[in-house]
Amino acid sequence: MLKILLNGNQLETEAKTLEDLCRSLGYSNDKIATALNGEFIPERNRQDAVLTRNDKIEIVSPRQGG
Amino acid sequence: MLDGPDKNNSSLLRLYGEEFSSRLLLGSAKYPSPDVLRQAVQESESEIVTVSLRRESARDKSGQRFWELIQHLDITLLPNTAGCHSVKEAVTTAEMARELFNTNWVKLEVIGNDDTLQPDLFGLVEAARILTERGFRVFPYTTEDLGAAEKLLQAGCEVLMPWGSPIGSGRGLNNVYALKTMRNYFPGVPLIIDAGIGAPSHAALAMELGYDAVLLNTAVSQAEDPVGMARAFQMAIKAGHLSYQSGLMESRDMASPSTPIAGTPFFDLQNDS
Repeated sequence: MLKILLNGNQLETEAKTLEDLCRSLGYSNDKIATALNGEFIPERNRQDAVLTRNDKIEIVSPRQGG
Repeated sequence: MLDGPDKNNSSLLRLYGEEFSSRLLLGSAKYPSPDVLRQAVQESESEIVTVSLRRESARDKSGQRFWELIQHLDITLLPNTAGCHSVKEAVTTAEMARELFNTNWVKLEVIGNDDTLQPDLFGLVEAARILTERGFRVFPYTTEDLGAAEKLLQAGCEVLMPWGSPIGSGRGLNNVYALKTMRNYFPGVPLIIDAGIGAPSHAALAMELGYDAVLLNTAVSQAEDPVGMARAFQMAIKAGHLSYQSGLMESRDMASPSTPIAGTPFFDLQNDS
């Protein structure tokens, strides 16, 4: 199990890549965008983004804004 | 150089090569319900609506529900970087927004102070430069500072969005003199008042000053009747723009009767008394 920080919260995951993580969380068909340690990771690159201990991951979605 | 106010031919708003008939840009936040948001957008006649992005929760998936609503509104989306306090945060947020909303337009906010929500102008210019180099069309939320405005244009911005007053304050145009100066200083640049508008009269004044458009959110979404207020803003902005095109009279310090003096009854008697 890998300890990571997902959207500011600690999480233990068996996911090896960002793509695995998104799938394990049920986001496969959802409108989301991702960042790893402050860097944007496009959808096409998520499978190449290997997770390591203490990675900080952001998974965001559309929201109301002014 | 750039598209901007032209009293003789300015029925359409031109932003980064695209044309719009509405000069009201509407925010999508803080409405009492999704249906009220939908009705307010329709009643406002806005063609550009601002949106944002936030952390998604696997539990409630609120982002997916909002996406379902917003993609059926037949509008142009303008994602913002609200809440970003650094250049890096703003740039990464913009990149995530570009993928999420499939647009290279971004309303760039780099916040410098949490109490006033005023922009960090130094960070704003730097982020605008980076994003423009990466193919974004940047709508910078700025102040009326002319030096910062020059730098933003040099960084590649073709639109400027000075605040009227602090975000969400509803105070209207805090510094009319500076906003007039900005309008006159950049006659060819599309200028949009962004933030601080509280009443349709504020928006009308902005348009009478020659601003190209107004961006607002809270004044509509937090009104007692957001749908009615959306319509009121739509009318005020049209009225303000038409009055700018029609040329306002010069104001005077002294009174001047509008009814002709010649032929006034009892004129001599008044003068003799």
